[in-house]
Amino acid sequence: MNQLILSLICGIFIGGTCGYLGTLMLSKRMALVAGPLGHLALPGIALALIYGFDVSLGAFPFVILGIILIWLFEARTKLPMEALVAIVFASGVAISFLFLPIEEAETALIGDITKVSLGETLITALLCILVFILVKKIYSKMLLINVSEDLAKAEKIDVKKYNLLYLFAIAILVALGVKMVGGLLTAALVAIPASTSRNLSRNLFQYNFLSIFFGALSALLGILLFKLTSLPSGPLIILTSTIFFLISLIFKK
Amino acid sequence: MKEDLILKVKNLSVQLGGEKILENVSFEVKEGEVLLGIFPYKGEIIWKKDIKIGYVPQRLPFIKNVPMTVEEFFKLKDVSKKETENILKKIGLSEVLKKEVGKLSSGQFQRILIGWALSKDPQVLLFDEPMTGIDIKGEESIYSLLDKLKEERNLTILLVTHDLSVVYKFSDYVICLNRYPICQGKPREILTPEGLEKLYGQEVKFYQHTHQKL
Repeated sequence: MNQLILSLICGIFIGGTCGYLGTLMLSKRMALVAGPLGHLALPGIALALIYGFDVSLGAFPFVILGIILIWLFEARTKLPMEALVAIVFASGVAISFLFLPIEEAETALIGDITKVSLGETLITALLCILVFILVKKIYSKMLLINVSEDLAKAEKIDVKKYNLLYLFAIAILVALGVKMVGGLLTAALVAIPASTSRNLSRNLFQYNFLSIFFGALSALLGILLFKLTSLPSGPLIILTSTIFFLISLIFKK
Repeated sequence: MKEDLILKVKNLSVQLGGEKILENVSFEVKEGEVLLGIFPYKGEIIWKKDIKIGYVPQRLPFIKNVPMTVEEFFKLKDVSKKETENILKKIGLSEVLKKEVGKLSSGQFQRILIGWALSKDPQVLLFDEPMTGIDIKGEESIYSLLDKLKEERNLTILLVTHDLSVVYKFSDYVICLNRYPICQGKPREILTPEGLEKLYGQEVKFYQHTHQKL
């Protein structure tokens, strides 16, 4: 099958699903957590590039490790989230550059979705659909937890269980996201479309719909721009998303 | 636990951030009682089995991050559109169904929170300083609403507040806390100048409004 079509399918699925999950992450000002997770995935990406296996596969265990680390740090210290983010960020980047061959650095940092195989595309699409269903299932309860944990507990919601499912969904999407836009830019996949949508929406339905829409559209246009300009696809996807965000500021409700 | 008890707290101590904020607090709450306490913080408590609690928090800062209509807010806990409309009518806010939660006035928002807590028929309402940011008129209407609901549904209401006049007017039973339990009993009996001095550590005058019907 045509390489461009495979890339576009991957991009639209990852972009749209990240947009959907982003609406939940934004509600708790959690969007930045995807940042350090992306960075922490870098050593895994580096290993995958050196030994020639799938980037997402390499990233996934490191993202899980990152989630456990952040969860532990948050529970054990009183440091603000920003400080933890900075620590995890720097460590992930530092470790990966100990052994990441410099000629592979670009793929690791800003991703490359333009060479995906048919098999990768199918797995990516399938995982995205599964994560989408999972997020849809936990959405109401998770939103309640994000708005107020006390309120959720009074409703007898098992906060720990839902947080775990939520973090699991984040982990899978970050692992997929690093393939598309690299360890440096993954946070933007969840943060920007949701922010754009936030500016334009009056209700939850619009908020979700527009975030998915802008996530998928940014990936689509970014990959097409790559085809036209041969500039790296990861940054093009993110910058397309940024342009939508800037436009949304004009129409801000 | 006895049949008519909703809540039993025994020798409760709470530590928050390495500091003891509650020590040796014990009390019981019977069904249909309105209890008001001056809790600096919440603690751990044992509820009657399978009890349904409606919780009204002091504030919900994160809710403004989410564009969400009042109808959608109720849908988060599976309240049907019809029940939502009924509740909104009851709290006098029928017109806000499609309005964004973040764009409500603080008084409207607080009433929505109470309505939200009331949906799905709870047996207990737990309020944490519910009148923060509400003017006196709004406050009055909310408390009369609660009074009415309490009669209608045999609700038990747990209210955490610093507002002594409210305690005086609406409660059946009061627990005063300042780290240690200071006093508990019927408000008329314990909210005396001596009791209050013990609670606040200085002289606080609070006159009994004998002209009011209590």
